[in-house]
Amino acid sequence: MRADVTRILAQTRFETLTVLRNGEQLLLALILPLIILVGLGSTDVLASIGALPAGVSRIQVATAGVLGVAVASIAFTGQGIQTAFDRRYGVLRQLATTPLGAGGVIGGKLGAVLAVLVVQVAVLGTTAMVLGLDTTSVSPVGTVLALLAGAAALVSWGVLMAGTLRPEATLAVANLLWVLMASVGGLLFPRDGLWGAVADLTPPGALGTALRAAVLDGAIAWVSLLVLTVWTVVGALLARRWFSFD
Amino acid sequence: MSTLPLRIERLALSYGGSTAVEDVSLTAEAGRVHALLGPNGAGKSSTIACAAGLRVPRSGSIRIFGLDPRTDHTRTAELAGVMLQDGGLPMSARPLAVLRHLSRLYRDPADVDALAERLGITGFASRSIRRLSGGQRQRVALAAALVGRPRLVFLDEPTAGLDPQARLAVDEVVEELRAEGTAIVLTTHDMADAERLADCVTVIDHGRVIAHGSVASLTGAGDGGAPGRTATIVLDDGIPEEALIALADEGIVHVDGSTVTIDCAPDVDALHRIAGVLAAHGTAVRSVEFRGKSLADVFLELTGRSLR
Repeated sequence: MRADVTRILAQTRFETLTVLRNGEQLLLALILPLIILVGLGSTDVLASIGALPAGVSRIQVATAGVLGVAVASIAFTGQGIQTAFDRRYGVLRQLATTPLGAGGVIGGKLGAVLAVLVVQVAVLGTTAMVLGLDTTSVSPVGTVLALLAGAAALVSWGVLMAGTLRPEATLAVANLLWVLMASVGGLLFPRDGLWGAVADLTPPGALGTALRAAVLDGAIAWVSLLVLTVWTVVGALLARRWFSFD
Repeated sequence: MSTLPLRIERLALSYGGSTAVEDVSLTAEAGRVHALLGPNGAGKSSTIACAAGLRVPRSGSIRIFGLDPRTDHTRTAELAGVMLQDGGLPMSARPLAVLRHLSRLYRDPADVDALAERLGITGFASRSIRRLSGGQRQRVALAAALVGRPRLVFLDEPTAGLDPQARLAVDEVVEELRAEGTAIVLTTHDMADAERLADCVTVIDHGRVIAHGSVASLTGAGDGGAPGRTATIVLDDGIPEEALIALADEGIVHVDGSTVTIDCAPDVDALHRIAGVLAAHGTAVRSVEFRGKSLADVFLELTGRSLR
């Protein structure tokens, strides 16, 4: 058991360094969220598109949204693409023949998502504080729960996609959905009306709502967390059934 | 652990609605090289995938040193190293980083630097896997299979795409592993590889074992085996035109400068008639060699000549 944990940690370390040393992954996981954070947090863009509620500072809204985008970057798009190409080149199969095993391969991937998420939160959080984030109104527990539930939901679907589609298809779908999730999916801005109600039942909408509740109102959005948990369970079950190592 | 390194009994495997392996039994013994031969799609790689625990058989049993690779994966993976056909190496990493990482997954790994040196990986260690040639990648994949110091090694087409030098290096590594008592199972399309390296050959086709034995027993070149296919007589000096015409009735005559080679049926009557012609012209014979069928001949006889 202890040896299993040691091996999964070794795999987590290797996968994390692979992501952090890969230019495209770094762009997606850190640089783009940073640009969005600075862009929305230090200009009047949010107010001009009517996405800034009265009495709320723009950096609070930008931080909540960008944390969601960061989760989508690494948990869905980044790990999805990485896993898809690992699968294409037989990396998953090769690792599964080692004592790490198939379970350990997946464990290492989840560990790497968490490790990169920690780096993202540290960098984006620090930048947000420099830009004037009011941390007294933030619920740390609500933020952590939202990040974990969102990462779990998105990684299960990202890995499902990587394990069933061709890598080229995964690359296209993962990038397209990243843009859609960030823009109209409810990650960066809350949506109103019918579309808002529908979006709240999707992973990006629920994650955006949970993060805004935690960062803007210091609250825990239990309903959104429940929505994310349901998506996680469904995605994991489907991945368990359909994910193919080759 | 006195049990066999590998014992596969009546293995059957289906996936995607088609049957990949119908009925394959196979054993591997310590200090012996077992070649698994068969046309494309015969079920070689599928058999290895099952033995490595990557696929769940429909029926049959697989034991690695007496252990089931599915239910006792961690222990069998410590004992068995696998070189897959597609290499399985992460493209963006460098060879030594990959090997060091893999070595951390084993309890008692090999010395990575020594292994890299042995396989000539050190010379291209600064490039990422993506930038390596096919042959260089093959060598890294071989090192990956050996980094856990396995006692059973599966090599799926280890010499595909290798230049003669790299091929020689692989041969030497296989010989060393055999001398150390490692059991080796290798698949190949190169009959010369199998002939040179294998102690034992299993030919499979359409998911079934169709022949099994030593190279000598399969080619009929062993003691008491069937007679060889040809006799080759080599002459040192050129011979007159009329002798060539007389010899052409007996077999295939090649003239290369002053060296004359006659390939003929290896029966006594033919040899007697040829000897008569040569004696009449006073020609000296350099050598007479009886050659058995090659493994390639036997393979084509067993599996047919049509393309798959």
